[in-house]
Amino acid sequence: MEKSLTWREFIVTRAIQASGYSAIVFVTLIFFFLLREGAPALTDVKLSALFSARWYPIEDYFGILPLITGSLVVTIGAMLIAFPLGIGTAVYISEIAPRWIREILKPLVELLGGLPSVVLGFLGILLVSPFLRSFLDLPTGLTAFTGSLLLGGIAVPTIVSVAEDALDAVPRSYREGAWALGATRWQTIWYVTLPAAKSGVLTAVMLGVGRAIGETMTVMMVTGNAPVLATALGSWFAPARTMTATIAAEMGEVANGSAHYHVLFFIGIVLFLISLGVNVAASSVVFHAKKRAERILS
Amino acid sequence: MHKIIIESLSLQYSDGTESLRDVSLGIHQNAVTVLFGPAGGGKSTLLRCLNRLNDLAEVKASSGRILIDGENILDPKVDVIALRRKVGMVFARPVPLPMSIRDNVTYGLELAGEKRRATLDEAVERSLTLAAIWDEVKDRLDTLAVALSGGQQQRVCLARVLALQPEIILLDEPTSGLDPISTGKVEAALQELKKEYTVVLVPHSVQQAGRTADHAAFFLQGELIEYGEGKSLFTAPKQKKTEDYVTGRFG
Repeated sequence: MEKSLTWREFIVTRAIQASGYSAIVFVTLIFFFLLREGAPALTDVKLSALFSARWYPIEDYFGILPLITGSLVVTIGAMLIAFPLGIGTAVYISEIAPRWIREILKPLVELLGGLPSVVLGFLGILLVSPFLRSFLDLPTGLTAFTGSLLLGGIAVPTIVSVAEDALDAVPRSYREGAWALGATRWQTIWYVTLPAAKSGVLTAVMLGVGRAIGETMTVMMVTGNAPVLATALGSWFAPARTMTATIAAEMGEVANGSAHYHVLFFIGIVLFLISLGVNVAASSVVFHAKKRAERILS
Repeated sequence: MHKIIIESLSLQYSDGTESLRDVSLGIHQNAVTVLFGPAGGGKSTLLRCLNRLNDLAEVKASSGRILIDGENILDPKVDVIALRRKVGMVFARPVPLPMSIRDNVTYGLELAGEKRRATLDEAVERSLTLAAIWDEVKDRLDTLAVALSGGQQQRVCLARVLALQPEIILLDEPTSGLDPISTGKVEAALQELKKEYTVVLVPHSVQQAGRTADHAAFFLQGELIEYGEGKSLFTAPKQKKTEDYVTGRFG
């Protein structure tokens, strides 16, 4: 009896342990696979050609710079839209809305987060892009800005959800302390609640960035997919092509082992490094905030 | 002279629990008035009515009036922000803001729009002195307030309230987390403060109530049982319930 119990204990412990380690194993495997398939790009294509401004794989032009700038323009634009909107919504839900509105709004926002991105892309093609074309008088409505708008919409639920939790976790005593000093509601939010929830709010933004930069389907549908190097602010209102969309669109028709194939994987490596950087930045912010909190509390 | 007059105040939380039932009392100017009694008696609720901090809690119904200098502060038209500057409050747990000692003290003033450096510096010294902590921190005003001990933090929080030059100071168990020496300092500060201010204190023990009270009000389950001069209430209570509580027979 007792022996079987310890056996069960042993198996359960090991199973949990294995599933924990598997996350590390998978990430390493993915990275090595990416490296194996992507690194040959550096020998197939000269480095200067790889980081040039022309992407035209049929004639062996593999300049990935327009794709990187495309991703950056779309993502930064998305964050400019999602950051104020997301934080604003989170503050409203957590600090201002009466209880019944909060109880409707929060699940609704989370539902929005579960919306398949292809549906959003569909809406983008049918509604947003024709509207933008006529409203801004552009030659085409399929622009980086369209992508930013929709990506912003995708990132907002992530930001709201995480930031709202962080704001909610700020002790009531902080707010009461500020109120009792004669702070207005806005002053309390701006000078006390938001700074106290700073690390959580930053995490929310970083997660939003991660969500936006990795998004594929929507941007592929609405950004026009023209690999043009973004050089000026006007590029925001011109078609662009992101790294993710390029991989998704071209991977299916590429010859296995060709230079084009290797370059696509190389783009994958770049994307991987960027999201790794964002994640490391996010967790180091949280880590610093935690250490500071521990120092204060001890 | 009565600074605050509470007229048949009743209050119910929205979960149905009754917190105050028909409470009437007058709070004297330039004196320490102590609201005491067992937990759940409504003392804190009453305190939080005096600066309308209850506005933000789930309060269902309230009736009655609270007059400060003759003005009913429960009137919805009252400027709550101005009221809270006039009626300062110190909480049970010191809540220093994550900034330097100096900034903690000037914080309320800055919120009120005061920018002149000299006024702020003057306020820092005056209020820290009043809160009996100036000598301990005057050489390190720019260090983080959270680095101070609990007792020092609480006195900085008191100074933060004093900097706004309120007329009334509410204290909700301000010494519940403090050691006896710090508690003594806070109590001594209160005796100084009452010369200029009206002090309303919810003490954390009957003993503290006895030590500090000029006037004392005994609350039991939302009702005001007895109210009178501190000395007579603690030595010769008129009500049986008060006597039982003060002598430690229950509670």
